[in-house]
Amino acid sequence: MFRQAKWDEPLIFELSRSGRVGYTLPKPIEDVEIRVPEKLKRKSPLNLPELSEPEVVKHYTRLSGMNYGVDSGIYPLGSCTMKYNPKINEEIAGHPGVAYVHPYQDERTIQGALKIMWELEGWLKEITGMDRFTLQPAAGANGEFTGVMIIRAYHLDRGETQRTEMLVPDSAHGTNPASAAMAGFKVIEIPSNENGTVDLEALENAVSERTAGLMLTNPNTLGIFEDEILEIAKIVHKAGGLLYYDGANLNAVLGKIRPGDMGFDIVHLNLHKTFSTPHGGGGPGSGPVGVKDFLKDYLPVPLVGYDEESGRYYLDYNVPKSIGKVKELYGNFAVMVRALTYLKIMGRDGLKEASEIAVLNANYLTQKLKGTRGYELPHKELRKHEVVFSAEPMKKETGVKALDVAKRLLDFGLHAPTIYFPLIVHEALMIEPTETVSREELDAYVEALKRISEEAYSNPELVKSAPHNTAVKRVDDVLAAKRPIITWRMYRELKEKGEVDI
Amino acid sequence: MGKHYLPNSAHKDEMLKKIGFNSIEDLFSDVPKGMVKEFNLPEGRSEYEVFLELNEVLSKNKTVLEMPSFLGAGTYFHYIPAHVKYLIERSEFLTAYTPYQPEISQGMLQALFEYQSLIAELVGLPIVNSSMYDWGTAMAEAALMSARVTRKNKFVVPEHMSPEKKKVLHTYTAGPGLEIEYVNWNERGQLDLEELKEKVEGAAGVYVEMPNFFGILEEEIRAIGEIAHDAGALFVVGVDPTILGIVEAPGELGADIVVGEAAYFGNPMNFGGPRAGIFAVRDDKKLIRQMPGRIIGMTKDADGKRAFVMTLQTREQHIRRAKATSNICSNEALVAVAAAIHLASLGPRGLRELGEVILKNTAYLKKRLSEVAEIPFEGVNFKDVLVRFEKSYEEIHEVLLERNIHGGFYLKPHFPELGESALFAATETTRKEWVDALIEALREVA
Repeated sequence: MFRQAKWDEPLIFELSRSGRVGYTLPKPIEDVEIRVPEKLKRKSPLNLPELSEPEVVKHYTRLSGMNYGVDSGIYPLGSCTMKYNPKINEEIAGHPGVAYVHPYQDERTIQGALKIMWELEGWLKEITGMDRFTLQPAAGANGEFTGVMIIRAYHLDRGETQRTEMLVPDSAHGTNPASAAMAGFKVIEIPSNENGTVDLEALENAVSERTAGLMLTNPNTLGIFEDEILEIAKIVHKAGGLLYYDGANLNAVLGKIRPGDMGFDIVHLNLHKTFSTPHGGGGPGSGPVGVKDFLKDYLPVPLVGYDEESGRYYLDYNVPKSIGKVKELYGNFAVMVRALTYLKIMGRDGLKEASEIAVLNANYLTQKLKGTRGYELPHKELRKHEVVFSAEPMKKETGVKALDVAKRLLDFGLHAPTIYFPLIVHEALMIEPTETVSREELDAYVEALKRISEEAYSNPELVKSAPHNTAVKRVDDVLAAKRPIITWRMYRELKEKGEVDI
Repeated sequence: MGKHYLPNSAHKDEMLKKIGFNSIEDLFSDVPKGMVKEFNLPEGRSEYEVFLELNEVLSKNKTVLEMPSFLGAGTYFHYIPAHVKYLIERSEFLTAYTPYQPEISQGMLQALFEYQSLIAELVGLPIVNSSMYDWGTAMAEAALMSARVTRKNKFVVPEHMSPEKKKVLHTYTAGPGLEIEYVNWNERGQLDLEELKEKVEGAAGVYVEMPNFFGILEEEIRAIGEIAHDAGALFVVGVDPTILGIVEAPGELGADIVVGEAAYFGNPMNFGGPRAGIFAVRDDKKLIRQMPGRIIGMTKDADGKRAFVMTLQTREQHIRRAKATSNICSNEALVAVAAAIHLASLGPRGLRELGEVILKNTAYLKKRLSEVAEIPFEGVNFKDVLVRFEKSYEEIHEVLLERNIHGGFYLKPHFPELGESALFAATETTRKEWVDALIEALREVA
């Protein structure tokens, strides 16, 4: 049985003892008095904790024990591609040639960094069938924003100012409509059909001279391949719109099928999903954006160039219709280094096998879980890298919801799937095992889900009160929203007023 | 290659058989004919070969350890204590994702709550999110947020702002069509208040930086805030947080929103990324509701025990979709935790001392530079110093580089009115020998 570490670890502020220091600093070059203008001097108290280095190390080591990562066990969070993060990636990213390099250095002193970016772009172009990439976006959503801004710039450039509508399937990631809205587009939702794919008739009816583009992920968030993708592309292109590929699910087709061959004009990728860089508890990620040749003049600046004659790499700011910048500097370089390391080790065959096993694992799990009481498999059976089950029957028959199933999984030391997404499936359990888990882990996951089903029908309270074996019991998120305590400063004030008892 | 990451590579046939498929191809039967193809990519290689190759490539970069550098302009060489890197490489932090399941993710949640708390103490505002991508995107999101809160359409910023941030701001605000109004600097290299007064009408927000892009401490922060508020605009302050042991918290100087760069703590330069944007607001429901990004809150578990959880999520894209306050999903959590660990290690005394060492080293650099070139602006500098040369700075840069010294950030392409100027920067890492060698070289060439 799984038992997570359970430290009653105080906040770092509560560990503070006056007079302790956890730092060393070099002396100033010259000890002269600097007069900071009186009205700028800090007068408000600086309530930072005072701790020695060993205390800091123990505090965060204990906290890490109360966290679960890919290295702790299976982490099948749907649409997040929580695959193993190879340790060699960290080794290479820790090279001084990464850490101690300033982005504004003379090009002659950063040839290594530019070569890494150039090579990474080369791999991504071949993998996606795109002609040019920017590596600037910091994450998937930042990449989506880049992509829709390029779509916007393209239409405006052609004088098509009426193209103000972005089409987004109802199964899309929430970031898709949010990114389109940020770029100023009106979002039009396209319903899915009974197969879980884009309803072609609805799409036909939705496109018009106002259509700027369609944002699509393939396979979609149900893990189903949009088998009518070529027709979809035809409809959108015929209406004058562009086709945008959300690369969140690329792991399903990596090394086998290229978005460019499916008719997509713009692609964003998630290096932290598909290309094995660690998710860091929420970030950093990296969200490169690739485009077909006719859109390359709109990419953010700078691009990386290579001059064959001199054998030199350079930063190219000469992008005539550039949308500008979506992030400072050149993007999350340390993440790019990790992704390129992964690509070089995997190579053509390794990437292909990775996606094949990702798909095999998802279908293996689907077939083994299918038919278990309480879980329903809506839409078609053949999935790609992930599958979405519905716990709707279980909820109706026992009152146990998808949320409860997720919490109970934690008790077995298994991370929960993504839940309540996509929105078109009620009580959704979205499971993406990835290619880096073993058969035994898949079997154990299915066994746990089956056991939870039995518990739901025999002892629903056990499931509803889960988890029991984690660092804390079920967390009250309603209370958190009702009376927000966001910082130690707020907590202290509320505590002094006697308004909290935590 | 890559089989060492793929346990089931050894069991494909058995697994296929078990679920009634004949081959891997059957799993892809829903893909249109002819779409699957062989990719033109290199074969995979052993870990050792890739290790050798990438080490060699990265060794082609010249690091600031091998070549004294005076570059700053928004990215600075700070020394990061060794334990910070060790702690953020703990697998349980490094390989986790966004803490969607709070019960099994208390470690990351508490670490991020502490990050929010530490930043709150620095900036003097009680509401802080758990990070944006960087300072530039945080500032651009603050512009969008100001427009939503005030229902006005103009954002006022200093002309003396980094070209990076200007570009990010323009891209982020293009969709909603915000008007960006620039206010010039005065003869002291600080924001021109008279011009601000002329331009502030109708503004959703007014933005100013501490210190400003020229490295100078803006003295009239409070007055700028008052001008903004009198015009019904929000006051947004961008801050280099390493200065906040010395200089008053922007929240105390009237800021409604504070943005800045958290990665100056705990994170190496990494050729510019990853970083982490600070985003903090006043405790005001109108502001909190419009805030972008993930927020961690303290609450209780079923036993009444203290616990942490992502909160106020109804602002976010996964719930509000097209009506969300921002599209941000992945943020820079680990970068923020690294910053928190560094800050917690510094404590109040360390932060003050760090600020003092930087101020003093900057003053030394400035004094020495004044021996060989013009310093157009008086005032107190923090990290960056604007220097104007008589000769072409590009030529000077060449000579410095020949002597294995990297000079400053050339300003002429971005601010032609400043002539042959550059920003030279110092931090706590700057050595006297470096400055002396720089001045010696400049004396000969400039």
